[in-house]
Amino acid sequence: MAKPKLALYWAASCGGCEIAVVDIEEHLLEVAEFFDIVFWPCVMDFKYADIEAMEDTSIDITLFNGGIRTSENEHLAKLLRAKSKVLVAFGSCAQEGCIPGLANAYDKKGIYEFVYGTSPSVEEQSKYTFPVTCTEMPEGEIDIPEFRETLQPLDKVVDVDYYVPGCPPQSNQILIVLQTVMAIISEGKELPPRGTILGAGEKTCCDECPRERKEKKIKEFFRPHEIIPREDECLLDQGILCMGPATRSGCGALCVQANVPCRGCYGAPVHVRDQGAKMISALASVLEAETPEETRQIISKISDPLGSFYRFSLAASTFCRVQLSGNGRNE
Amino acid sequence: MNEIMQKEKQAETKTFEPRIVAFMCNWCSYSGADLAGVSRMKSSPNIRIIRAMCSGRVDPSFVLRAFELGADGVMIAGCHYGDCHYIEGNFKTMRRVELMKLMLQQFGIDKRRLRLEWISASEAEKYAQVSFEFTEQVRELGPLNLRFN
Repeated sequence: MAKPKLALYWAASCGGCEIAVVDIEEHLLEVAEFFDIVFWPCVMDFKYADIEAMEDTSIDITLFNGGIRTSENEHLAKLLRAKSKVLVAFGSCAQEGCIPGLANAYDKKGIYEFVYGTSPSVEEQSKYTFPVTCTEMPEGEIDIPEFRETLQPLDKVVDVDYYVPGCPPQSNQILIVLQTVMAIISEGKELPPRGTILGAGEKTCCDECPRERKEKKIKEFFRPHEIIPREDECLLDQGILCMGPATRSGCGALCVQANVPCRGCYGAPVHVRDQGAKMISALASVLEAETPEETRQIISKISDPLGSFYRFSLAASTFCRVQLSGNGRNE
Repeated sequence: MNEIMQKEKQAETKTFEPRIVAFMCNWCSYSGADLAGVSRMKSSPNIRIIRAMCSGRVDPSFVLRAFELGADGVMIAGCHYGDCHYIEGNFKTMRRVELMKLMLQQFGIDKRRLRLEWISASEAEKYAQVSFEFTEQVRELGPLNLRFN
């Protein structure tokens, strides 16, 4: 029997998800033994043409990490969707945009102006030199992918079968997912229902957090560098903005165990559509304020609420992006 | 000539009718709005009321969803402080609204599109007045044409 085919691809991502896959260590050999890896540009030399030449649905499973930022990302997403039986949005970027999705606070123009114009790292002579998708050269026409206005998670562009959350997904969870997939294939078992979130828990990060929680009453917020948090007490109780209450479990509460607040990379918990809205809901219940003025006083110490509540999920949030022009724009 | 101009002006003001979603608590504000109705008071027809058991039941995601689906303004109305049927639901609402306003602003949506009001079951007049006030406020802000990509 021919080996099942596996593909891995990275779109707009940092590459951390690829490292996380390699981090399953010696188990990678089992995976390589079981699967025929047909596409993994980060690790081996493959050409897009190889994939284009394949028959539709000939790849058994594709782990796709990264969001859709450019026309190339979109092309590959559509191509791999057509060629794969199962397409997995792998990691926070593919699932909900992640850190690259924070660029949705701007548009293409704003990003270009900063990156190629005002950014201090741009050399004087090349300031405001913007990339163009198509250039005439003596050798002929050359082109680069087109940069899109808005970063989109994978499922806004193509149908996605399963999701593996995390920035990056924890290696122990990746291993569980891969072993489950291998068991399903080799024993001919039925696949889980479409849209299932694999490699994560059903509760919130707080469920895995070892810190002691008391009745919360927040009088003041602190940024992590402003205080030294007590090691055994809930960080939110101590006034450090921790996304735990609005984040899916599955990571093993690693950050909080290192005295760092949860930033929300495992995405919204079960039945929650908008992570930031859920965090607002959670925070509003525990602020010690009886009047709007007192509330404003306390929340004024949250620097960048949007970036804190939607650090990983802005591109998949209700609004998807920040409104930049037109009516309703807040000047 | 004057007539034509008047007609044009009428047509202009007619072009935008704000769509407003109002989440109202079962115990006070909804009854207040109901009282305005049975007392035959005039109130703004732009308001679409959704009854909730408590203003504290209104999750921020409901508000975001209303805007997403085309509301130009959202109002949350509940009992006055101390009157909440569930003791402190309205305090939570107040804090939520403050946080939401902060965030809406960052999303590039004018915070005046979200309004919080305390309306008791007997304050039919207040409901009627607020409904017009808010409608005019949103009309002034114009349609909220959200862009998603």
